[in-house]
Amino acid sequence: MSAWVYVALFLIVGLIIPIGAIGAAWVLGPRKPNPIKRDTYECGIETVGDTWVQFKAQYYIFALVFLIFDVETVFLFPWAVKLGQLGMFAVIEGIIFILILVVGLAYTWRKGMLEWV
Amino acid sequence: MDFLKDPLKVAADWLLGIFAGWGMAELWADILIAFLGIFVLIALLMLLDILLVWIERKVVSRFQSRIGPNRLGPFGLIQPFADIIKLLIKEDTTPEGADRALYNLAPILSMMAVLILWAVMPLAPTILNVDLNVGVLYIIAAGAIGTLSIIMAGWSSNNKYSLIGAFREAAVMLSFEIPMLTMMLIPTIFAGSMGVAAITQAQDVWYFFLAPLAAVIFLVAAIAELGRSPFDMGEAESELVSGYNIEYSGMKFGMFYAGELLHAFTFGGFWAILFFGGYRFFGLEQVSAFLAIAILFFKAFIGYWIIMWIKYTLLRIRIDHMLAFNWKFLTPVAFTLLMTTAFMNALLADAPSWLYVGGMFLSNVLLAWAALETARYYSRREREKVEGTQKVAPT
Repeated sequence: MSAWVYVALFLIVGLIIPIGAIGAAWVLGPRKPNPIKRDTYECGIETVGDTWVQFKAQYYIFALVFLIFDVETVFLFPWAVKLGQLGMFAVIEGIIFILILVVGLAYTWRKGMLEWV
Repeated sequence: MDFLKDPLKVAADWLLGIFAGWGMAELWADILIAFLGIFVLIALLMLLDILLVWIERKVVSRFQSRIGPNRLGPFGLIQPFADIIKLLIKEDTTPEGADRALYNLAPILSMMAVLILWAVMPLAPTILNVDLNVGVLYIIAAGAIGTLSIIMAGWSSNNKYSLIGAFREAAVMLSFEIPMLTMMLIPTIFAGSMGVAAITQAQDVWYFFLAPLAAVIFLVAAIAELGRSPFDMGEAESELVSGYNIEYSGMKFGMFYAGELLHAFTFGGFWAILFFGGYRFFGLEQVSAFLAIAILFFKAFIGYWIIMWIKYTLLRIRIDHMLAFNWKFLTPVAFTLLMTTAFMNALLADAPSWLYVGGMFLSNVLLAWAALETARYYSRREREKVEGTQKVAPT
């Protein structure tokens, strides 16, 4: 049997247990909603305006930078696994690959994209 | 004797005999046994989770010169169970304008993301759980579900604080995933395998002695991934009150809370496995599977205790400082360390083991020293620049 069957079983059980706990609370707890109770919380005052206000674009930039690095780092895993057998040549190649990543990071830094403005 | 060595197999054989007696096909009997085993493991984890609440409260109160829960049972041990009962019979309110499907799914996913991490946790030489050959990547993938659940919770609550908390938390988790991924590459290089069990079995010398800096960076990144103080931007209670889980009540909030505690303990476990030999301790793990589990849990608790210690000692860092710390310090250091380790690994491949370990250790220490000195130099320059432009009134 494939190992992934067990992972699937873990997923199923991992879903059942929290659903069971929340379901038990749903059965046992009282439910008497009223408009004031269901109001959006905001530090003792009524909430003003819409939740969907304009948001800082900086988060988006960090997500973009992350995406590049994340994808590239995944490429490094096969390299790391076989590193012991490949010898110095593969190490130098890997270092060049990482340096390209670092140049990307330096470029982002120089462009001021890592500043919180 | 057999039961002590390999309790899982003995139990599985016994159950298989029973199920075969009922005339069940072998494949289905196997799946049913695996299901039961996983269910028992996760139920025990939930029990551990309840005790973690007690441990966390006791430890924080000692850090703050308090006594902590001490009324219910000896040392207040029954307190967390009373809390669970309270959470169960609380009213569960849903805020106005919440996206109901996502709102209800988020706490479930948050708990699940932690529980499925235990799929690749090797508990003992005979209990490896699932021995995936891509175990390290699996840890990262499961962590991504946790990030997703936080975004879902913050977005679906229809609350400004939730949304801000979720955005911050996601930015932090994404950013610190880069050094964490990079540091997971280092045990992979040493062991020549991505499997978590293989990494444990390859640690004749604890990888902490080969890469102390990697262990430290991994712990820092893990704390940020967990969203714990000093990196708990997402639930900064002094500004966002509770952050992404602000609109949750009752058991749904309990799931977030319990998930966070178990997540911290799980990462203490992975820290132990990647850098401190997991269940291995001078051959003691071969005596009995139970002893191996006890060793792993002892190491995991030490990691968890360090995480708690940092949490209750340090102040919260501002979000811009935190992201700058990651992108301008931790990530460059992590990449430099990765290159150094790969290079030294190839250079010292044929060296005797004392030279190999010593060379690795020294290169790590030197790199840590150089990184700290560079950071100190630039932060002093920055500070002088700021102090030069704005005159501070003498006090």
